[in-house]
Amino acid sequence: MAHLIAGLIFIPILGALFVSVAPRPYARPVALGSCAITALFSLELWRVFNPALAGLQLVARHDWIPAIGAELHLGVDGLSLLLVLLTSLVFPFALLARELDRAFCALMLLMQAALYGTFTAQNFVLWFLFYEMSLFPGFLLIKIWGGPKRDRAATKFFLYTFLGSVAMLLSFLGIYLVRGTFDFAQLASLGKSGLLGGEARWFAFAGVFLGLAVKVPLFPFHTWLPDAYETAPTGVSMVMTGALSKMGVYGFVRLLLPLFPNEIRIAGPWLLGLAVCSIVFTSLAAWAQTDLKRMVAYLSINHLGYCMLGLFAVASSALIPPNEAQAALSGVFLQVFNHGLTAAALFYFVGLLEERRGARGLEDFGGLMQRTPLLCGWMSVAMFSSLGLPGLNGFVGEFLIFTGSFSLAAGYTAVAVLGLLITAIVFLRAMQALFSGPLATSCATFPDLRARETWVVVPVTLLMFAVGIYPQFICGIFNSTVTGMARLLG
Amino acid sequence: MSNWTAAHLWLIPLLPLAASLAILSLTKKQRAFAAGLAIAGQVLALLLSLAAFGGAIPTPTYRAVHNFVWFTFGEQALRLGFLLDPLASVMLVMITFVSLCIFVFSLGYMAKDENFGRFFAYLSFFSAAMLGVVIANSLLLLFICWELVGLASYLLIGFWIHKPSAAAAAKKAFITTRIGDLGFFLGMIWLYGRSGTLLFYDGGHGALETAGLLSLGGAATSIALLIFCGAVGKSGQFPLHVWLPDAMEGPTPVSALIHAATMVAAGVFLVARVYPIFSLGAIKGVTTSLLVVVWIGVVTALISALIALAQFDIKRILAYSTVSQLGLMMVSLGVGGVAAGIMHLLAHGFFKALLFLGSGSVIHGCDEEQDIRRMGGLRGAMPVTFLTYAVGMMALSGVPLFFAGAWTKEEILHATSLWSVSRLPHFLMLAGVVLTALYMTRQMIYVFFGERRTAPTHAHESSSVMTWPLMVLALCTIAFSLVLTPAWPWLHDFLLGVRPLFNAASLIQPGLFLALVLVAIGIGLGVLIYRGAGERDPFARTAPAVFRFLENRMWLDELYDWTILAFARFAAQLSDFLDRYLWDGLVRLGGEIGRAFGGLTKGFDERAINSGVNDATVFARGIGRLVAARHSGQVQTYLGAIAVGLLALLIFYAWLI
Repeated sequence: MAHLIAGLIFIPILGALFVSVAPRPYARPVALGSCAITALFSLELWRVFNPALAGLQLVARHDWIPAIGAELHLGVDGLSLLLVLLTSLVFPFALLARELDRAFCALMLLMQAALYGTFTAQNFVLWFLFYEMSLFPGFLLIKIWGGPKRDRAATKFFLYTFLGSVAMLLSFLGIYLVRGTFDFAQLASLGKSGLLGGEARWFAFAGVFLGLAVKVPLFPFHTWLPDAYETAPTGVSMVMTGALSKMGVYGFVRLLLPLFPNEIRIAGPWLLGLAVCSIVFTSLAAWAQTDLKRMVAYLSINHLGYCMLGLFAVASSALIPPNEAQAALSGVFLQVFNHGLTAAALFYFVGLLEERRGARGLEDFGGLMQRTPLLCGWMSVAMFSSLGLPGLNGFVGEFLIFTGSFSLAAGYTAVAVLGLLITAIVFLRAMQALFSGPLATSCATFPDLRARETWVVVPVTLLMFAVGIYPQFICGIFNSTVTGMARLLG
Repeated sequence: MSNWTAAHLWLIPLLPLAASLAILSLTKKQRAFAAGLAIAGQVLALLLSLAAFGGAIPTPTYRAVHNFVWFTFGEQALRLGFLLDPLASVMLVMITFVSLCIFVFSLGYMAKDENFGRFFAYLSFFSAAMLGVVIANSLLLLFICWELVGLASYLLIGFWIHKPSAAAAAKKAFITTRIGDLGFFLGMIWLYGRSGTLLFYDGGHGALETAGLLSLGGAATSIALLIFCGAVGKSGQFPLHVWLPDAMEGPTPVSALIHAATMVAAGVFLVARVYPIFSLGAIKGVTTSLLVVVWIGVVTALISALIALAQFDIKRILAYSTVSQLGLMMVSLGVGGVAAGIMHLLAHGFFKALLFLGSGSVIHGCDEEQDIRRMGGLRGAMPVTFLTYAVGMMALSGVPLFFAGAWTKEEILHATSLWSVSRLPHFLMLAGVVLTALYMTRQMIYVFFGERRTAPTHAHESSSVMTWPLMVLALCTIAFSLVLTPAWPWLHDFLLGVRPLFNAASLIQPGLFLALVLVAIGIGLGVLIYRGAGERDPFARTAPAVFRFLENRMWLDELYDWTILAFARFAAQLSDFLDRYLWDGLVRLGGEIGRAFGGLTKGFDERAINSGVNDATVFARGIGRLVAARHSGQVQTYLGAIAVGLLALLIFYAWLI
């Protein structure tokens, strides 16, 4: 059963090889086939996973390079499984976004493999390998298939993330030199008493923090993101926001929180401040955007800001009451899944509009409801999900995050709630500009949702409703993990 | 039967919801089927509500609770529940009954609309959400339904989506109420943090039961005020009332159902529902939070009654009247008259729905004209509308004895006169009674009396499918007063959980004469001032400055526009600017400093960072150039390299096992 995880990582790589050699028209079917197989693997993983256990499961562990403490150590807990499932969901969704080249599909599959690896690796060397492996396909995908200004955006994306990664790598090298291990579990157990002493611990903390903060991204390290998401082709924006950004959140949960509990506690007020800035300033910035894609990109940072708020609220309080920690952590995990689903859907819809109109400014559209009611209706669902309307998926996670954080950091949470208001303003403004009023002449010949687009949109939207109405089937995956983590941090 | 209904209370909102979803999946052509589904759902919901109500009658202080686990997070269970008590049961009956009347009316009113089916789907969805608010036994479930009600309101205000003004009004409504809802949300999570439950009643462990209330401690006032923010938004209380008059952009049945009879009353219902939090630790029935409720209510009731005097749109006058009456209900709750406030809410539901539907009938008959200056003398052309409208007008003004609104208003005035803090609200509300009678008389005269001004000569009575609901609601407005009189205060005592006693002598009260005099003054003044009024309002002639101030709604919209909204827009532009230039610049500067520092120190770490950055730059540039020069070939090389490396890993892995 442990080979399931290895399979998840290697199938997309094999898929990428097949895509590269297959004739061009078959590129996308082959890529989708690979996604179907990995999806089956993830479902099988879900089936054999025992949700009652808190620790790692389906562990595969082998020596790799003993001299530097590198091991092939794979395993999943509730959080890993959740992210594996999300990855399996977002990639086929993104590949369906439009007709694609061979190389494009191959790079996407490589990125998928990197993500599966990142979410399951339990040793830093292996984890870092996968973490970086996602960077190159991302860079090339933007650089080659991006829109105008792609060179600058791709370089910026690469430099920011790479610089962050290097900082993180150095921190871990330092820790290794002192502690002699790269194993996550061992490091976590050492974290409580302090991994490093003196000033060094702050350098190590800052390095890891920087690497992850760029990846999520957290204010003010987010400025690469609007450029990158705006320029990237639809499918790439979808996986970047849907899955890639989750690597950062995952890193915070898996690395920063257990490894540096004391440091986070001291830096807590600052970190919470950054999370609140992430929520408020980016949603305000989204309000100022006229480009739909850039707007959605900013809101993506805003939504991940809620995750950061929840995590920092838990980690920075001196005495962590288990109830609040469980609420906040559950909320963060739910939000990670929900945001992946909803933000990807939003980029998909923006892609549909752009494809029809050849532009994506707010003022380029008008009165679409009269011409394309189905497209507008389904897109509205995604927007309402993103602005946290109850009954849809977004609300549940945000409710839990705010519930947990409020008891732990009331002031920060009270300010962060502003984000909910501004998000609503941004989306309603967009809906007004796009859907209502007289039909714009430039949109008069738009086709409504086509059959193949409907087949993509409907399942995703139904999933949003399912999570919103019956969140148990997602919560059930990680409840034991959350309990264990809350105990570990408390 | 009663037990069965209480246990299956969720069926009541579920039926309209199912109808709504079913209609949405129909095609545009299946109009009759769509309306049939919606009305069938509503009839069934009404029957179930009546059954639930009947089951609640025999037992004083009846309370049936059904809680269930929604989902678990960590080791905790988040529970929701349904509740049937006197408050919920009377609200259920009122909402389903008024909804049904309005659904039937819409058959005629929306007959020519292209999106007829969608309209009924939205109406049914609204009804479901509103019923959910009423039967929720959990603040969270109430909040969920509360937001869905807001969504329904948004969809219905903007129903004529090709009209830019409708779209703008819908957005304004959603955002303004959401401002209040943020307070509600914070209050809710604060309550949850303190008491550990959001259930109202849970066999002694609920948030509204003794132990739960005690756990709130000093936070009770703040929590109550935060929750009240939600009520202020939804019930159009000052300073968040600005959305409600604009909401009249929606079709008139929507104004009647959502923006008069039911949804806007949800705020009043909310305060009544969580009243134990508001009154916690009260001394002589007064707490800080209740004081706020009273004064917000007083201000709202008065300013909107004044503004109503200077409006010309038939629906906007009614909208401001609604705001004013909701303020009155808040005052009642604040001074301790919970039962009186809810009674007025119910009575208001009937007669305001009647008035709005009547205005709809007038608008329909006058080719979509809404300006009362262009109407006049319609009583001959629309006799049924005129008579029923008169009933509504008298109920709203509080003409004593035969109309429901009079008794409930009298009850509220009585409650305010007993308030221990100040008599001022009492006197101000008495002034409000005069104002109400005045603006309603003005409207009646402008619309139905005098001679025809510019109203179309073919102005006609509406079809029977529209007049029947009017007559039914008018009858209800009169008949409802049977259970409201002090002689047999059945509803009052049912809400309070005591058995009513019949006492004919208490019918004659000093308050009754006071009310009679005040209403007579209001109507008399109205007749004197507006008799023979023409295109130009007499009030505008005598005091043009005051009139303009009121006509422009005290320039509150403009004030918000220039202050709060301008600031928010500025903040948005500033955030964007900072994002593009400052933060990006700072991060880049940090990078530069790091590099310079790395050059100076000879530590291993710094050198590594430095070389890392350089490598990265060189690498990125290199790839960029290569890719730019020879497109896909290079990519495949890189792909190949990555794939080969990973394949090696695969082989290594296979060799291990």
